[in-house]
Amino acid sequence: MLRQFMARVRVTDVLMWLIGGALVILIVVGSTATLATGRYTSRHWFDFVIFGLAQGSIYALIAMGYTMVYGVLRMINFAHSEVFMSGPYTAYYVAAALNASGFLDRQPILSLLIIFAVAMATSTTIAVLLERIAYRPLRAAPRLIPLITAIGASFFLQYTFRGLYGSGFQAYPVVKMLEGEWWIGAFRILKIQVVVILAAALLMAALYTFVQRTRIGKAIRAVSEDKAVAALMGIDIDQMIATTFVIGGMSAGAAGVLYALMFKQVHFYMGFIPGIKAFTAAVLGGIGNIPGAMLGGIFLGIFESLGPILFLDGLGVVAPYQLKDAIAFTMLVLVLIFRPTGILGERLAVKKA
Amino acid sequence: MIQSRFDWRQAVKIGLVGGVIGVLLSLIGMVETFHQRHIISGVITMGQTLLLLVVMFISYLAARRTTRPGPFWALASSLIAGLMVGVLLALLVIVGSLINLRAVLINASPTLYEILTFKQGTQAGALLLLAGGALFGGLAGLFYLLPGLSRRVIITALGVVVMAGVVQDLLRITFTAWGPLAILNQWLFTPNGLTIPGAASLFILSAAITYFWAQKGSALQTGLRRLPPAARRTLRVVGFLLLVALLPALPHILGLFLSEVLTIVGLYVLMGLGLNIVLGFAGLFDLGYVAFFAIGAYTMAILTSPELGFFHLTFWEALPFAILAGVIAGVLLGIPVLNMRGDYLAIVTLGFGEIVRILALSDFLRPWLGGAQGIAKIPKAFIGGFEFAGPQQIYYLLLAGCLLAGFISLRLKDSRLGRAWMAVREDEDVAQAMGINLVTTKLLAFATGAAFSALGGAIFASKLTSVYPHSFSVMISINVVSLIIVGGMGSIPGVIAGAIALVGLPELLREFAEYRLLVYGAALVVMMLTRPEGLMPEARRRLELRGAEAEARE
Repeated sequence: MLRQFMARVRVTDVLMWLIGGALVILIVVGSTATLATGRYTSRHWFDFVIFGLAQGSIYALIAMGYTMVYGVLRMINFAHSEVFMSGPYTAYYVAAALNASGFLDRQPILSLLIIFAVAMATSTTIAVLLERIAYRPLRAAPRLIPLITAIGASFFLQYTFRGLYGSGFQAYPVVKMLEGEWWIGAFRILKIQVVVILAAALLMAALYTFVQRTRIGKAIRAVSEDKAVAALMGIDIDQMIATTFVIGGMSAGAAGVLYALMFKQVHFYMGFIPGIKAFTAAVLGGIGNIPGAMLGGIFLGIFESLGPILFLDGLGVVAPYQLKDAIAFTMLVLVLIFRPTGILGERLAVKKA
Repeated sequence: MIQSRFDWRQAVKIGLVGGVIGVLLSLIGMVETFHQRHIISGVITMGQTLLLLVVMFISYLAARRTTRPGPFWALASSLIAGLMVGVLLALLVIVGSLINLRAVLINASPTLYEILTFKQGTQAGALLLLAGGALFGGLAGLFYLLPGLSRRVIITALGVVVMAGVVQDLLRITFTAWGPLAILNQWLFTPNGLTIPGAASLFILSAAITYFWAQKGSALQTGLRRLPPAARRTLRVVGFLLLVALLPALPHILGLFLSEVLTIVGLYVLMGLGLNIVLGFAGLFDLGYVAFFAIGAYTMAILTSPELGFFHLTFWEALPFAILAGVIAGVLLGIPVLNMRGDYLAIVTLGFGEIVRILALSDFLRPWLGGAQGIAKIPKAFIGGFEFAGPQQIYYLLLAGCLLAGFISLRLKDSRLGRAWMAVREDEDVAQAMGINLVTTKLLAFATGAAFSALGGAIFASKLTSVYPHSFSVMISINVVSLIIVGGMGSIPGVIAGAIALVGLPELLREFAEYRLLVYGAALVVMMLTRPEGLMPEARRRLELRGAEAEARE
C-alpha cells in the first residue's frame, strides 16, 4: 500500500507541496501575528478591502480583454496593456480641454461620458488596428510567433504614444463630483472608489450579458470553442475575432479612464504594470474564462491591497507595502501549484496549450 | 487574355497607408530629430531620407501590386501612391498652420513644418510636397521597371551611402584612430554628413562591387563547391582559425567606445545562449530569465563587496558560487512550473523575475541586498597582475564566457540530452511516452540556462563594480527572448546575429535612443510577419515554419 503510494508520488511533487505548504503556513502565521498586534482596526481593514476592490475591478475589466482574446486566438495579447494606456492618455487632452473651459465643473456627468467615449473609441481603434495589422496574418503561425509580435507591437505603441504626447506624467483633471467621501456608520468610503467599483461592475455585467445572451456573443463563444466548426456553421471568423478585439478595447479603454480617475495621472508607460496584473488575474481565474477573469481580478486586487500588511507586518517585515507585487506573483504561483488551471479554469490548458 | 481593369483605388489605398506612416513619423518627432544629421552634407538630411524612403517604398509597392500589367500602369500606380503620401503630408502642414496641434502633439513644432515645406511657407510648401511625392513616387515606379540586376546594384549602392551617413560618427572615430585612413576620413566626411564627391565615389564603388559580384560571384561559389571535400574542410578550418585569431584583437582594432558596445553585446550573447537552451532547445517559455542574471550579479556583489562586509572573496573565488546560486535558483523555479505549459509558464516565470527584482529593491532585505541603492565597490577581476578594468579588458572575460557557453551549447545540442530537449519542445506527451524523464530533462534545461545567465550576471557586476535592482527589469528578459527569436530559435549563430542586430545596432545609434525601442518594436513585428524563422534559422525549425506554410498552400 505504502509502496504503491510512494511509487506514484514524485520527489518534485513532494517538494512542490512543501513549498506550497510553507507559504500557506507563512501566511497563516503572519496573519495571526499581525492581527494579534492590534495595530490595525477594523476601519483600516475596511479601507484596504475597498481599495482592493476598486483596484481589482479595474484589473478585472482589463483581464476581460486578455481572456477573450485568449479564448478566440489562444494567444497572450501582450499589447493589451498599450490598448489600455492609449484610451485614457488620449482622453486626457479632451478632459484637460473640458476642464479649462469650465465645462467639466458645470456638467460633470456629461463630461465624464465624453471622456469615457473618447477613451473607449481610441482603445478600440488601437485594438482593432492591432488585430488587423499584426495578428491576423499570423493566425496559422506557431504560438510563439504572435506572442513575439505582440511584444513588439507593445513597444511600438508605447513609444509611439511617447513620441506623440511626450514622456512626462500628465495630471488628470480633478472631477469635483468624485472627490470627497461617504460615511457608512463608522466606515469611510472614498466616492471615487465607489464610482470605480460600480462603473466596473456595470460594464462587466453588460459585457457578460452581451457575450452570453446575444447572437454575436454566442458566435464569439463558438469561435473560441472550435474555429473550424464555427466557420462551417456560417460564422464569419474574421469578423468575430475583430469583434472580440472591439469588446476588449472598449473594456480596456473604460478601465483606463477609471484608473486615471483613481490614480490621477497618465503616462505612456502606465499600462505595463496593470497589464501584467490583469494578465495574472486572467490566469488566476482560468484563462479563457470570462467570469474567471472578473473573479481573478477582484481577488488579486484585494489580495494585493490586504496581503502585504496582513501577512508580512506581523512578521516584522520593514515597509511591507513595497512587496505587494511580489505577493501578487507569489499568490499566482501558489494558485497554479494547487490548481494549475486557475480558479475557474477547465483543463483546457493541457492539450490545447 | 482578359485585360484586368486598372484599379486606381488600390494605389490610393497603398499611398494613404504610406501617408499615414509619413505623418506618424513626423508627429512622433523622428523626422525632426533625424533632420539634425546630414547624410550628404548640405544636400540631404537623415530626416528627409526617412520620408523619402517611405515615399519610394510605398510607391514601389504600389507599382508591384498593380492589377493591370504593362509599364504604363505600374508607373501610374506608383505615381498615384507617391502623390497620396504627399497629399497627407501637405494636409498635415495645412492643418498645422490652421490650428495649434502642439497643444496635444508635442512634436508638431514649427521646425517640423519648416522641414516639411522646405522653408517655403505653407502654400508653396504644400504644393512642393505634392510635386515631390508624385516625382519620387514616379521615380520609384521607373525603378520598378528596371531590370533586376540594375535594381539590385542601385539599391545596394544607395544603401551603402545611407548607412555610411547614418554611422558616420563611428566611422570617423575609427578612421581617425588609424593613421593612413585619416586622409580618407577627410575626403569622405565633413563634420556633419558625407561630402558630395565622397558620397558619389562611395556610390560608384559599391555599385561596381555589387555588379561584379553579381556577374562573377555565382561562378566563384560554384568553383568553391567543386573543390574536393578535404580542400573545402581545410578552407573552413582556415576561415575559422582566422576568426578565432581576430576575436582577441577586436577591442584594440575597434577602440574604446565600440569595445563597450561589444561587451554589452557579449553579455546578451551569454544570456541568449542560456535562454536558447531553455526556450530554443527545450521550448520552455521563460519570461523571467533576468532573475538568474540578477542572482548571479547579486551573489557576486555580496561575496566580494567590502561595502556589506560579509565576505571578501575575489572575483574568481566568488564566481563558482554565483553560478551555483544561479543553478539552484533555476531548479527552484523549475520545480513548481514542471506541470505548466505555454502561457502559464510564461506568466509564472515573468512573476518570478519580478519577485527577485522587488525583493532586491525592498527595504526589508536592505541590510543584505542594499535596497534601492544597490551594492557598490565590487572589485574587478584579476589574473596575476592583469586587471579586467575597462571594457577592452572585460571583453576577454565575456569572450571566454561566450566561447565556453557556445561550446557547451554546441556539444549539448546533438547529445542525448539535447535531443531529449528537442523532443520535449515538439511534444511533451510523446516525449514522455518515448521514455524521456520530463522532470530531469526540464530541470536540467532550467539549470543550464540559469548557469549561463548567472555567469553573465557575475561578469556584469564586476564590469559595473556595482549592482542596482533597476538594472534587472523585465525588459531585459524580453530583450533576450526577442533576440533569440529574431536570430532564429535554437540556432547558436542566430543568438549572436540577434544580439548584434537588437542590442549592438541600437547601441551604435545611441543619440536616437528615444526612438530605439519604437524601431525595435516595429522591427519585431515586421520580422515576425515576413521572416518568422529568424535571421539565421536552425535547419529543423525553418523546416517546421516553412514546411507548414507549404502544406497550408496545398
